[in-house]
Amino acid sequence: MMSALRSPARNRELLALIPVALLLSAGFAAVFAQENARLGNLSLVYGAYFLAVCLATHVYLRMRLPDADPYLFPLVALLTAFGLVMVYRIDESLARDQANWFVLGLVLFALTIHFLRDYDVLERYRYTIAGAGLLLLLAPRLPGIGQQVNGAYLGVKLGPLAFQPAEFSKICLVVFLASYLREHREVLIVGARRVLGVTLPPLKHLGPLLVVWGASMLMLVFIRDLGSSLMFFAAFLALLYVATGRFSFVVIGMALFLLGAWFFASTVPHVHDRVEIWLNPYNEPAGNGYQILQSIFAQADGGLFGKGLGQALVDFPGTHRALLPAAQTDTIYSLIVNELGLFGACGVILTYLLVAARGFKIALLADDGFSKLLATGLTAVFAIQAFVIVGGVTRVIPLTGVTLPFVSYGGSSIVANFVLLALLLLISDRARREAAL
Amino acid sequence: MNRQIVKLFGLIVVLFAVLIGFTSYWAVFDANALKGKEANARPLLEQQQIRRGRILAADGTVLAKSVAKGHGSGRRYVRRYPQGSLYGHPIGYSFVRQGDSEFEKFHNDELVGSESEFGSILEQLSGRNQEGDDIVTNIDPAAQQVAMSSLQEQGFGAVVAIEPASGRVEVLASNPPYDPNRVPYELEKLNLNSFETPLLDRATQGLYPPGSTFKVVTAAAGLDSGLITPQTAFAAPSPLEVETQPLENDFNQSFPPIALDTALTNSVNTWFAQLGQKLGQGTLFEYMDRFGFNSTPAIDLPSDQVYKSGVYDEGELLGPGDPVDIARVAMGQERLAVTPLQMAEVAAAVANGGKLIKPQIWSRVIDPDGRVTKRLDPSEYSRPIDGQTAEELTTAMQGVVSEGTGANAAIPGVQVAGKTGTAETPGNESCGGGEAENQAWFIGFAPAQDPQVAIAATVECTERFGNDAAAPIFKAVAEQILENEGS
Repeated sequence: MMSALRSPARNRELLALIPVALLLSAGFAAVFAQENARLGNLSLVYGAYFLAVCLATHVYLRMRLPDADPYLFPLVALLTAFGLVMVYRIDESLARDQANWFVLGLVLFALTIHFLRDYDVLERYRYTIAGAGLLLLLAPRLPGIGQQVNGAYLGVKLGPLAFQPAEFSKICLVVFLASYLREHREVLIVGARRVLGVTLPPLKHLGPLLVVWGASMLMLVFIRDLGSSLMFFAAFLALLYVATGRFSFVVIGMALFLLGAWFFASTVPHVHDRVEIWLNPYNEPAGNGYQILQSIFAQADGGLFGKGLGQALVDFPGTHRALLPAAQTDTIYSLIVNELGLFGACGVILTYLLVAARGFKIALLADDGFSKLLATGLTAVFAIQAFVIVGGVTRVIPLTGVTLPFVSYGGSSIVANFVLLALLLLISDRARREAAL
Repeated sequence: MNRQIVKLFGLIVVLFAVLIGFTSYWAVFDANALKGKEANARPLLEQQQIRRGRILAADGTVLAKSVAKGHGSGRRYVRRYPQGSLYGHPIGYSFVRQGDSEFEKFHNDELVGSESEFGSILEQLSGRNQEGDDIVTNIDPAAQQVAMSSLQEQGFGAVVAIEPASGRVEVLASNPPYDPNRVPYELEKLNLNSFETPLLDRATQGLYPPGSTFKVVTAAAGLDSGLITPQTAFAAPSPLEVETQPLENDFNQSFPPIALDTALTNSVNTWFAQLGQKLGQGTLFEYMDRFGFNSTPAIDLPSDQVYKSGVYDEGELLGPGDPVDIARVAMGQERLAVTPLQMAEVAAAVANGGKLIKPQIWSRVIDPDGRVTKRLDPSEYSRPIDGQTAEELTTAMQGVVSEGTGANAAIPGVQVAGKTGTAETPGNESCGGGEAENQAWFIGFAPAQDPQVAIAATVECTERFGNDAAAPIFKAVAEQILENEGS
């Protein structure tokens, strides 16, 4: 316990939480000042609650993971606080849900740390975990519990509980891949041979990798979501590259994915539409192209400094008709650009980049292959998710329904990402402790 | 594996840089183009959310205001014009869909309120929405009312009244009027009305032949250039052949050698034709320029809604080098086309001792906290003639009213200086045929020795002459303004 109090890492974490607290208070105050006619005066109390919960988490980390990375939690708290302010600014009741999920996420965060202290056990159950991940992915297509949202099958409803299983299955997939590649990376490298100037993995071990490719193609067809499919496959390629160091594998994988995506884009109507809207949004400005156009118009409205928190238009004035559709989920980044401008948006992107930097730092420090690959995979899937949705609303890639981690409104996303964060901190605690010895 | 991890991080950095690049493109570099897209409703919606400032008459009468509709974040503002059609010109209108015009358009920035970054941060903290500034004008509501009702007795036309020493525009009336409150519902109908053209501000856009009122400009050029003095006399026979066409005086009356006062009092055409020939095109055009002809008047209205006065040929202004019958220009004929605003400026410059002050409708800008942020500081546009010329011209113009062609402009107990004008416009299509084809004018100022107001009044498509149709309008408006100033 003494060592926990003296932990320099945790002291830095506490220090880093101070600017988060200030930013959050300022954000809530600004929204409150702008909208005090509409919102109850509970807003500042929310801010206080949020900080209390962060502090409690900090104390818990001090006891359980004294040596874990000091910056990850404050960075994530910053993103969450930011998301809360933005969601609060859109709708007070949504913010209340979001706050509850935040607490639930922290509970799962604590439970993960408590029960997976020795996270190596995950390796033992890797096929079970892989199976669970696939099951979760396909659950939205199961009759009775599956739900279709905007043409994609992403939701599951079990009685009163509705969630998006893809958020959880991405963790399962990364755990499986980290474990599998840790074991087979040697043979993948050694057994590789050159065919026609291209280095190919050995046929025997190619099987499982083709399975992953097949799975992401299946996702494209079955759950019809280009975004999560892209996210999963990119994370897989990132891990494959880190594990083997063979860039050619990445190129082959990429070619296979594009080939499949092109094929399905021309045969599966939903995927085809998404690509078509991306290329020609002005064809149907009031129809299919509406969301991406409004997303871009909202950004144009923001300029360098933005209109200020609470100042942008989300609905048509005096109505509940959305001007910016799905502002609390898909297009929340556009709203951020609208209200905080290019500078605010750069701040958000930089925060994600810092999270990625800390995540990869953990991977660098980690000693054993599984920890290294797991940290890499979790960090990569997190960063790619942010890229897929921000890239979607800025028309870098087709717009799909992936959440902006920790910022978008959505319980599954928050809870799953807190589990992801818990795993990263577990790896970090062990790595840094061993490094210090 | 560490090398690969670092490379992977590098890739993530590149990907995020792409995101920032695209965001910069939409939010900054391509923003203006995106705001102009037809599918983008934001600019319109945001404009509706700003409470535009009010426009007030000199005495505080509200000419335009914004009223809120809905509440909370759904609140939007709509423009209302409590005085109806009386101030349709020159105030104009401002609506989200129909656009804006005249004073509303010219002063849009003040009415919308400045949006500095610093200001908007303060406003965010104080939770206040952007609000526009109020503008107080120089318009005298009683005089505007008198001008409009006098005009409506006489026919279509316009009246402009300016305080000579300050350039304050106290009256700017155009008949037929339109009610700006109706613009959202019948803009198209108003635009299609090609006979009455109620949206045309005749005071600033009506290009009319000035008739004899232009003789004031010719006389000013003659005196100021030193070509003549008030005593210079020469004969004015009628008819006089000019450019192979005979030119006649009224009743074909020939005059023995006469000086300026007699020539102006009786509006002797051939006298001024000869003066014009002696002056030459270069000199007369130079004096026209000095009075503001051939340029857009420096009034606070959108430049595309204020026309230039001058000699027009098929829509193009002619210069000193173009072939022009200068004798007929000198007496106000030829292809001269002038606006009532320009002729009011001529009268104002003579009244103000030869100094032309820029005419301005606005008087001061008041911010939402009630502070005056800007105040009209009268500035000189030009000095077309010197003080002595102005004095000599004033004396001659007094004769017009006291014993000449402009007797109906006389105000009991007040010395009035002025000039009538009646341009015959045979075959003028805009008059719709018939006998009523005169353009009746009166320009002048009062009191002659201490001018408080300079006025130009004109009536189009009338059977009557300047003294019958326009002089009474001058008299009514001048009396009203002098009464106000006296009280």
